Amino acid sequence: MLENLLSPDFFNAILRATTPILFAALASSVASKSGITNMALEGIMLFSALFGVIFSAMTGNFFTGLLLTMVAGGLIGLLLAFFVLNLKTDEILAAIAINMMATGGTVLLMLAVSGDRGSSTSISNFSAPRIHIPLIEQIPFLGQILSGQNLMTYLSIVAVVVMHLFLYKTPLGLKIRAVGENKNAAESVGISSRKIQYIALILSGVLASMGGFFLSGGYMNMFTKDMSAGKGYIALAASAMGGDTPVGGFLVSLLFGAAQALANIMQLTEIPHELIQMVPYLTTLIGLGIYSYAGMRRRQKLAQKA
Amino acid sequence: MEKNIVLQMNHIMKIYSNGVVANEDVSIELEKGEIHALLGENGAGKSTLMKVLFGIESPDEGQIILNGQEIAIKSPQDAISKGIGMVHQHFMLVPSLTVAENIILGVEPKKGGVFIDMDRAISVADEIAQKYNFDIDVRSKVDEIPVGIKQKVEILKALYRGADILILDEPTAVLTPQETDELFIQLEKLRDSGHTIIFISHKLDEIKRICNRATIMRSGRSMGTYEVKNITTEDMSRLMVGRDVVLTFEKEAAKPTAVQLKIRNLSVRNGQGVLKVDDLSFDLRGGEILGIAGVEGNGQSELIDSITGLNKSYKGQIFVKGTDIEKSSIKDIRNLKMAHIPEDRMTSGCAGNLNILENLFSNQYTDPEYSGKMMLKTRRIQERSNELIQEYLVKCKSFRQNVAMLSGGNIQKVIVAREFSTGPDIIIANQPTRGVDVGAAEFIRKRLLDFRNAGCAVLLVSADLNEVFSLSDRLAVMYKGKFSGMFTDVAAVTEEELGQYMLGLKHQEEQEGVIYE
Repeated sequence: MLENLLSPDFFNAILRATTPILFAALASSVASKSGITNMALEGIMLFSALFGVIFSAMTGNFFTGLLLTMVAGGLIGLLLAFFVLNLKTDEILAAIAINMMATGGTVLLMLAVSGDRGSSTSISNFSAPRIHIPLIEQIPFLGQILSGQNLMTYLSIVAVVVMHLFLYKTPLGLKIRAVGENKNAAESVGISSRKIQYIALILSGVLASMGGFFLSGGYMNMFTKDMSAGKGYIALAASAMGGDTPVGGFLVSLLFGAAQALANIMQLTEIPHELIQMVPYLTTLIGLGIYSYAGMRRRQKLAQKA
Repeated sequence: MEKNIVLQMNHIMKIYSNGVVANEDVSIELEKGEIHALLGENGAGKSTLMKVLFGIESPDEGQIILNGQEIAIKSPQDAISKGIGMVHQHFMLVPSLTVAENIILGVEPKKGGVFIDMDRAISVADEIAQKYNFDIDVRSKVDEIPVGIKQKVEILKALYRGADILILDEPTAVLTPQETDELFIQLEKLRDSGHTIIFISHKLDEIKRICNRATIMRSGRSMGTYEVKNITTEDMSRLMVGRDVVLTFEKEAAKPTAVQLKIRNLSVRNGQGVLKVDDLSFDLRGGEILGIAGVEGNGQSELIDSITGLNKSYKGQIFVKGTDIEKSSIKDIRNLKMAHIPEDRMTSGCAGNLNILENLFSNQYTDPEYSGKMMLKTRRIQERSNELIQEYLVKCKSFRQNVAMLSGGNIQKVIVAREFSTGPDIIIANQPTRGVDVGAAEFIRKRLLDFRNAGCAVLLVSADLNEVFSLSDRLAVMYKGKFSGMFTDVAAVTEEELGQYMLGLKHQEEQEGVIYE
């Protein structure tokens, strides 16, 4: 067990397990910065996992499959925005509706497309390729972790940088943060908060869909029922604990990714499989607990220090 | 002198969808390079008129003529593009952004077509600050700068967007006398450089000091425009409220009784860990009003939150009628007969979407007089609501009206009625008359004095110096979490002197461990 934990394979697995959570955490951060909690990440990921399989099978390559999935993710983000911003639906209720629709809708769609209600094995889809980076590959230990990852994993790390620059260095990013923090202030200088929140939610949908695509076209090579398995919710927690910043969300996602990878390794032990499956969720719960407790203690300490 | 009219609003009529006639045939005319006061009680229609001018509301009738051309202003954006800027009473700033970022927000200079050119943003912001002699570090974050500077940032924001006509909505409400002086110097400079300023205020002395002309509004109508130098403050006041207002109170000497509120070595830090109340000790007795003056943000809110039980993370002791309230809930504290008029009536003073009756009884619905074992005694509550509405002169259609639909002054009256109707022994009044019209303010102040005469202990925190001067039996000045001054002879203190204490320029000698009894 210990030697498993120290092998490069384990660290390699952490990055793999982090990827979907990271995409969704970035999706959550951009929505949160604009002042909306995007709880529909879970549903968007699940839909996208299925769309990825269908679109890549239809078009015969992963790349167009990914692009079409991103468009679909953006459309679901748009739908959420329409409900929340135009119809004034409660953002949580609208998200729950999307998530529940995803649970049933994906099974129905899969049944219609593949005739199977459990997984999409009968569809021959195309996954994103693994990338071997020439020089880095040669480095002992590190090379085995950093090289040979799925393209989506590299994309997710690029996305952290891009989202950081986007939120903190571009006019649109500034507007998103301004709207999220003080809507009236933004409105008073002629920024349409509705437009900005639409953009943020669409972007959020696109990012979440990339995480969903990875689930069925990278992490695994098929769609299975309910395969998002709460990763969208875990990502919400990751983003919140990371202060809704891309870099913070990345670090916490790594932690949750590690928990997932650990659970995978623990399956080799005698511990009952059901208990092991709890690990990622338990980590999230404990993580959130520690995060909130630390915040509370800090405030108390500050008050006591006086 | 040749008159140079830049803006005319003619026969403006605005009726809100709830039937309130906010403006009725109001006309106003602005000359280039003047400071024009817009004066009136709350609900007189000043805000509506300015909302029409700034494109937030569209008028039902009337015309707006800018530089000789009739225009329609469809949105704030439209108003800004036509050279009209507004500095709102509640600042429209994003706290976590820098001054420069706030100034350029919405009109960001770009570099490489994608990124914000932050260097240029800082230099343009700096340039415009220099041009108008505003001494501001544009790199500092907005949540770290004092209120007076925030206001300057708001003015700069408008100027950066090319405002020739500047609307200032009660700009001095949050400023110290010194900051007010500074603002006035700046406004005069702006006026001399050809800007036209609309100055909304209730403060007659300020209007006297700085304004050229004044348009007075009452009940949605204009009472005329006057040359300020040709009209007395008494006349302005009469035109505003239609009767003479008592500006000072006749009051008997206080007869302090037992200590009702005892604070010992109280220290409070805010959420960011900044020490806001610093080792403060004082007593408040029955039958006296202790006024606390000070620039906002010097610990008043934290002090009040700790006393009223809203904040539990404090160090030190607070005794209400001898009971240490460290473990007491807000309800326990209220049961000790403490009433609290909160600082911000909309966020913590009332539930806007509930009706007047529901708000009036939100602190006493468990009282056996109003509640049976299972059900509320609806008829009794309705009777009492009507009594309170009459007693506290709440202008409304019925107690079924939602509180959010009332004007600010009337909302405050509902809150005051609720708090005072329980027969309190201790009243914690935080900004009880902020943004309230002269008539309502006078009413609230009189009630505070009545309670004090009846032996109630009153802690009054107010930014309105006139108010703390006229009501307080003892007057403390709060600066950086401490009392920089405590005056037992309030009449002997001048406003200038008080201002110096408020700004920390002066403080009474070393006060380590001093208890203000």
